[in-house]
Formats: sequence, structure tokens, C-alpha cells
Amino acid sequence: MAILLNKDTKVIVQGITGRIGSFHAEDMMAYGTKVVGGVTPGKGGTTHLGVPVFSTVKGAVQETGAEASIVFVPPPFAADSIMEAADSGIKTCVCITDGIPAQDMMRVKRYMRRYRAENRMMLMGPNCAGMITAGQAMMGIMPGHIYQPGRIGIIARSGTLSYEAASQMKARGIGVSTSVGIGGDPINGSSFRDVLELFEEDDETDAVVMIGEIGGPQEVDAARWAEENFSKPLLAYIAGLSAPKGKRMGHAGAIVSGEGESAQEKVEIIRACGHHIIPNPSAFGETVESLLNDMKKAA
Amino acid sequence: MDIHEFQAKELLATKGVKLPRGGIAYSPEQARYRASEIGGEAWVVKAQIHSGARGKAGGIILCRSEEDVEAAADNLIGRRLVTHQTGPKGNLVNRLYIEETVQIDRELYLGIVLDRKAERIKIIASPSGGMEIEEIAAKEPDSLIEITVDPGGGMQRFQARELAFGLGLDGSMVTKATDTLLACYRVFRDFDATMLEINPLVVSKGELMALDCKMSFDENALFRRPDISEMRDKSQEDPRETFASDRGLSYVGLEGEIGCIINGAGLAMATLDMIKLSGGEPANFLDIGGGASPERVAKSFRAVLQDKNVKVILVNIFAGINRCDWVAEGVVKAREEVGLDLPLIVRLSGTKVEEGKKILAEKAPDVVVADTLQEAAERAVAEWKKLGQSAAA
Repeated sequence: MAILLNKDTKVIVQGITGRIGSFHAEDMMAYGTKVVGGVTPGKGGTTHLGVPVFSTVKGAVQETGAEASIVFVPPPFAADSIMEAADSGIKTCVCITDGIPAQDMMRVKRYMRRYRAENRMMLMGPNCAGMITAGQAMMGIMPGHIYQPGRIGIIARSGTLSYEAASQMKARGIGVSTSVGIGGDPINGSSFRDVLELFEEDDETDAVVMIGEIGGPQEVDAARWAEENFSKPLLAYIAGLSAPKGKRMGHAGAIVSGEGESAQEKVEIIRACGHHIIPNPSAFGETVESLLNDMKKAA
Repeated sequence: MDIHEFQAKELLATKGVKLPRGGIAYSPEQARYRASEIGGEAWVVKAQIHSGARGKAGGIILCRSEEDVEAAADNLIGRRLVTHQTGPKGNLVNRLYIEETVQIDRELYLGIVLDRKAERIKIIASPSGGMEIEEIAAKEPDSLIEITVDPGGGMQRFQARELAFGLGLDGSMVTKATDTLLACYRVFRDFDATMLEINPLVVSKGELMALDCKMSFDENALFRRPDISEMRDKSQEDPRETFASDRGLSYVGLEGEIGCIINGAGLAMATLDMIKLSGGEPANFLDIGGGASPERVAKSFRAVLQDKNVKVILVNIFAGINRCDWVAEGVVKAREEVGLDLPLIVRLSGTKVEEGKKILAEKAPDVVVADTLQEAAERAVAEWKKLGQSAAA
């Protein structure tokens, strides 16, 4: 089923009656996602976009059997909504919201540890574009038509760069199994490594493109873990070669504040771990294609 | 967001951290009056700018008479101080902090940061205060003591005590240090800071005092921290960045001549990289964000044009939430409004791309339309080089 999401996954939308939640819920339904309900506190019992609205996530899960949730709640209330999902038995949660305070996210991460690892919700984001299993379902805000179904996984901090990768691949006839956005915030739900572990187990994914950027330790952690534990080819692009030190480049997490956090340093470490480097943001398509050709020749 | 030393000290005082007596001054006369108010025989005149290493740049002056305080103030106010953190243009000094001098028995270091790896607040201390943390880490890495705070329970007294003993304090100083460390943690937590640094934290006649303090804040949390928002000092910012941030745009000023308007922080960084790889230099980072209306696109053009060095503009949009037709309308609108006559390269992709291209072809036929990121960057650099050659000729 690729990873995390397929055409049968039952999804609820937290913040479904808001302008943005409503717009994207409709888009997700049109793509084929099984949206079974929504949550807006105080609007329980009503219907929106043809699905029932609930006042609590617990209520929604009980009535619909939802396993996944996507959060479009404004920043001051988003952390609370994520914890509500975690407490209601949701297995996978995507948080699109941009602008959640870092200390709120620290508390969310701590809160989620109250559940045993096997019952713990997997959180993607916040401040991400969501995820899509090409041709089956999407939980996110991406343009679905740029993804051709296929066997390459994508993990990205940046939404627009993951679009760039998917469309360059499609232009060369290469498809995507699942594309997962982990978001541009300094403290996020799942790391590159967390998602790589899922792709390792997925027999519908042959290789993974990792799209990182300046700031934080997660790209390097994933590369070091993958050196020993990931059996498929890993291709990496790191954005921000031209970023000055100490400046926040849009994403709250994209700031070079310590050693090993610049794009150059990350690229060097990832290369030293034996992974493939995508040298520039126009080379996603050609780098993946040449890897696939090499794999064919070897086979 | 950064604040000044005197503002950070106001915040420390709210939780009971001890400080030397001091006051703010906007003129040499006020500086002299402050010194007489504080009393004593020596004062430190400290330039208030958003940067560390002010001492090395001549921004901190020790004075032994009120006349000297006035003269030092006269020398500092209105000057631009250049440190390794300000960039070559330096930061403008428009206010000073006048502080009493205190006896220094020992100098300690205290730093509090958001640790991204641990996803917790981390407290770092060292008995080797006075040096910069990078220097301590290089020269005396073993002197650094660290604790991380569980966000569930907060910082515990025993943790503060561990730090105090680690700093080599004893007797009644341990209790005082424990209180001070807990107070600093509370300042950090309660105001949504991302960085708090006290260097040096000094032992002075049996008291622990913060001689300097630097703080930065989480911009995502400002909605609930109006007191902190009020501390913003626009005179310390790049004016191009102030113009953009006042209009809700995410902008970072750079040194090149190719202006950039892009959606998404990652694609924006990648586009700057592509310009560099193609042999050009970007003038700025600008992310217009999701769901950009034509008005917002027009605003972005005004923000980019604040920078008089800009000679060419590159627009790169991969629309998911965005719509290429709205972006195209915005481009047309901006050109009409600001009378734009610079070479303009536009790359559109994603949602409503055909509609967007049609609008450009009809209403702005001289715009260079590119299909891919690479083509866009190369065309922008080519246009920029052409201008350089004609200027040289």
C-alpha cells in the first residue's frame, strides 16, 4: 500500500468548516481520499461537504472508524488539536498549520510519549504540505495531478520543492509511491529517519528522495542511520547553499545556527555516508532516472 | 526576534534576577544625569544594538567621571557600530544603557536554548564566563555543564543545584544560584524565548548578578506575547526586511542584483541556489506564501524594489495552494502600478498554469516566460549579464 495512506484509509478533517479546511477537504475528496467526517467544536451534528461534522475527535472516531486525521486549525489552537487526535486513537495525523509556537510543539511531543510506541500516533508536520499516495489518496494541499503513480518515495521538509521533484520525475515517466511532507518547523512530528524506516519495510518503494534544507540535525541523522539500516538507494538534495549564517530563511527551522547545519556541511556528510547527492534543484528528474538505469543494468 | 540588553534585563528583573543598577539614555545630557542618579565613582556606557561583541567594536566604555560619561555618550549616539554579527553596514546606536560598575569576583557563563535534537529546553553553564561560548567550547569543552528540561514537569530545583555545584559554587551561593537559574528558566519559558544568554553572570560580594543579557524570541509565539512585540526595534533591522515584514511577507535581504519572488521557503532557497549555480547573485529571499492574491503579488514586487540594487526580477511559482492565474494577474497589476521597466522572468507551474501563461501572453507580452526552474534561473542570469555589458560599454 505504499506507506501511511491508501484509497481505503478513513480520514477526518479537523477544522473542516473553516475556509482553508473546507477548500482542501473538497480537493482531497475529488482526488479519491476517503474523507468520512470532520471536526469543528460546537458544530457537531451538522453536515458539511456531504460528510458528518463532530464536536470532538473521539466522537468522530467512534462514529466513523477514522484512522487518520488532517489538521487545518489556526496556530494558537493547533497543538491542542494534535493532542486531541493522539488521545482519540488516530494512527496518522498530518498538521498543515504554519506558525505553531516551538514550545507548544515541545509539549505535543512530550504528550505523545504517554502512549506505548505501538499505539502512538504518527504525526507529520506541522507546517507541511501533507502526504500523497499517488493515484490513491491525499491528505494535504498539493496539486495531485503532478504525481504519477510509481515506486519512488519522497520525504521533504518543503512542500513546493517536493512538487518540483515529483513533476520533474513525471516529465521523465517516473512515478511516486508516497510523498511525505515533514514540515519546516524546528520541532516536528516525524523526522526523515522515522519516515525512512517505513519506506524500508515497503515493498512498493524501490528508492527514496530526501529533500532537506539548512538547519537542525535531522538530515544528517537520517543519512547516518540509513548507511547501516536502509537497504534501498537514498538520494538527497539540501536547499540553502547560498543562505547566510544566522538568518531565518522563511521556514522557522531553516536557520544555520550551529556546526553541521549549513547545506555544504550536510551534503558532505550525506555523501560520505555513501548516498546519492542531487546536485541542484533542477536535477531531481535526471538524477533519479540515471539511478534507475544503473539499477536496471545491474539487475 | 531580538531585543536589546536593557529590555532583556527588564524581563530578568520580573522574575527576581539581580542586576547592577542602570538606566537608559537617548542623549549625552541624559547619560550624564543617569550617572549622577545612579551615583558611585565609575560607570559603564553601553551602546544598545542588536549584536554581541559590542565591547570589541568600541560600544562599551568604562567612565570614571560624569564628564566622561557625557563624552562617551556623545561619541556613541548616532554612530553605526560594526561587529562580526551586524554585517559591514553595522547597526545604528540611538540609545545607551548607563550602568554602575560592580566588583567582579568570578565570571560565569549561562545559556538557555531550544535544543532541536532533544526537542527540549537545554541549559548550558560554564565557570569560564567572559569568553564567547564558541571560544569556551573550543578551548575548554570540559567546563561546559548541560541539563535538559522535561516540558511536562519543568525545570527542577535539583537540576539547578547540579548546575550550581558544577559551577564550583558553595555555601549560601548555591541557594542564590539555584534561585537565579530557575528564574532565568522561567523568563525563557514564560516569554517564549528561543535563546537567552547571560555572559557574564558574575559573583559580586556574595551576590549573583547578570552583567549582560541577550535574548531572542519565537516569532510564532508573538501572538500571545504583546509585551515582547512592543520591544521590537525597527532601527536595528535591514529596512528592506522591515518593509516586507510589515506587509506579512517573509523576506531576507542579500547582496546581489537579481530580485526574487517565489512561493514556498524551500523552493525559494533552491531558486537562490540555482541563480548562484548559473553564475548570478540573488538580491533577496522572498516567500509569498500560500494562497497569494494578485494584490499580494503586487506587494511583493514593491518589497523587492525597495532594494535599489535590483536590476532583474525572477518570479518562480509552483502552485499548489496558489493559482498561476492570480499570480499572472498580480504580475500585470504590479507592472502597471509601479511602472516596472526591469527585465522580468516568470516561471509558472502547477495549478492553473495554462490560464496564467495566457494572461501573461495577452497583457504582458515582453515578460520572459520560462518552463523550468533551470531555464528561469539561466534566463535571469543572462538578462543580468547583458545589462552589465551594456553598462560597461
